[in-house]
Amino acid sequence: MTNANFEPVIIGFTCNWCSYRAADMAGTARMKYAPNVRLIRLMCSGRLDPTFIFKALSGGADGVLISGCHPGDCHYIDQNYKALRRFHLTRRVLIQMGMEPGRLKLLWASASEGAIFAAEINKFVEEIRQLGPLNWKIPGELTDIPTQKSQVEVPA
Amino acid sequence: MTEKPKFAMYWAAACGGCEIAVLNIHEKILDVDANFDVVFWPVAMDAKYKDVEAMEDGSILLTLFNGGIRNSENEHIAKLLRQKSKILVAFGSCANEGCIPGLANFTQVQELVDTAFSTITTDNPDQVRPITSLEMPEGTIQIPTLLPILKTLDQVVDVDYYMPGCPPESHQIAAVIDLVIQVLQGKAELPPKGAVIGAGASTVCDDCKRTRNVKKITEFGRIQLKHADPELCLLEQGIPCNGPATRQGCGALCPSAGAQCIGCYGPAQGVIDYGARLSSAFASVIDSKEPQEIERILDGLVDPAGQFYRFNLAGSLLKASLPTVRSTVK
Repeated sequence: MTNANFEPVIIGFTCNWCSYRAADMAGTARMKYAPNVRLIRLMCSGRLDPTFIFKALSGGADGVLISGCHPGDCHYIDQNYKALRRFHLTRRVLIQMGMEPGRLKLLWASASEGAIFAAEINKFVEEIRQLGPLNWKIPGELTDIPTQKSQVEVPA
Repeated sequence: MTEKPKFAMYWAAACGGCEIAVLNIHEKILDVDANFDVVFWPVAMDAKYKDVEAMEDGSILLTLFNGGIRNSENEHIAKLLRQKSKILVAFGSCANEGCIPGLANFTQVQELVDTAFSTITTDNPDQVRPITSLEMPEGTIQIPTLLPILKTLDQVVDVDYYMPGCPPESHQIAAVIDLVIQVLQGKAELPPKGAVIGAGASTVCDDCKRTRNVKKITEFGRIQLKHADPELCLLEQGIPCNGPATRQGCGALCPSAGAQCIGCYGPAQGVIDYGARLSSAFASVIDSKEPQEIERILDGLVDPAGQFYRFNLAGSLLKASLPTVRSTVK
């Protein structure tokens, strides 16, 4: 489903103290990076409820970026470890639901790492572009009952 | 004698457990009969769809609708009963959030039908499949066809009240019936539209009598493989218990009996996505800061999506697995 003209929509959750400042840093330093990420500032990556991720994906996002302070640097002592654990578990759930694991990304960025932040976003946008649109939307029409057996054998 | 208000109950994609739960209110069922004229209840009495179609719009006072919307027949009856009923209650987990039939949303229709008609253990040498429409000398005969995914009742029609549970506990049903009878007698008022009835607002944990301390999980394990402490919080012992996200209403039956909560009362008040809330609850209390160690601990949760969405997949934000969604796009 690779499409060069496809512009992915990515929702990025940043923390107030490090990763949002990194994005700010990239901005004030006039660094150019892909405009596909819509950043949402939380006070801390530990505030990231997995509901936000599911809401973004069901609402039309093609990928979700979670970013926070580096391990050990959290403004709230250790809440970014909570984000880390939630990221691992949420990714498992999404993989089980058939999503490509590459659509969910965790990025640590300190306030001084504007260049790294911009470069990682560019990389992530390209990865999502390769994966193509997500389109987690449910059509409501009735479907025909398949009349042919599929080629793959279904285990009893 | 003045005419009694009319009552209906219907099952769509459901197991019939909700009807059993209604009958389990014992002699209270006589109050239902004394106060209502039961006009449509396929499991308990003979009635035809055309009888319902002939009724005046809004002429049924109370309809308890259980079951999810899996096929065109379910959808038709849901719309019909909405039109004919003043109060439509999504009754039981299936109508509220999809429940066990909603687990089929992990799977594409093709696979579902293959599993039903073409497994090795299925004696079907000619690969016979259902035909939804057939020409006969008398005319065309039809059977219902499938929706690409199972839907909850409120994804198809407007719902007045939600009554969760798989099935709703009988004492909760009795309390709701008492309330409706009191409303009929002018002694009480109905809750606001959209309210959840027959359940509490908080979580199963609030009703659970087990001791709770600070949770730090170093290992998840299945309950049958562990010797669980009968007094201590199950989640604290690494047993995946769905209590933290599940609505109270059952009185914490399973944890009291030594089994983990599986979440049949659905999301507690304020929970938007049940699975997300549980992911958050389980992940937060893992006692590790190292990615590899976290992954090792998570290996103990053998089926996280099934654990978190056993009852709630159709009613969740994502509603179905991605292959299922993609298979429905024509």
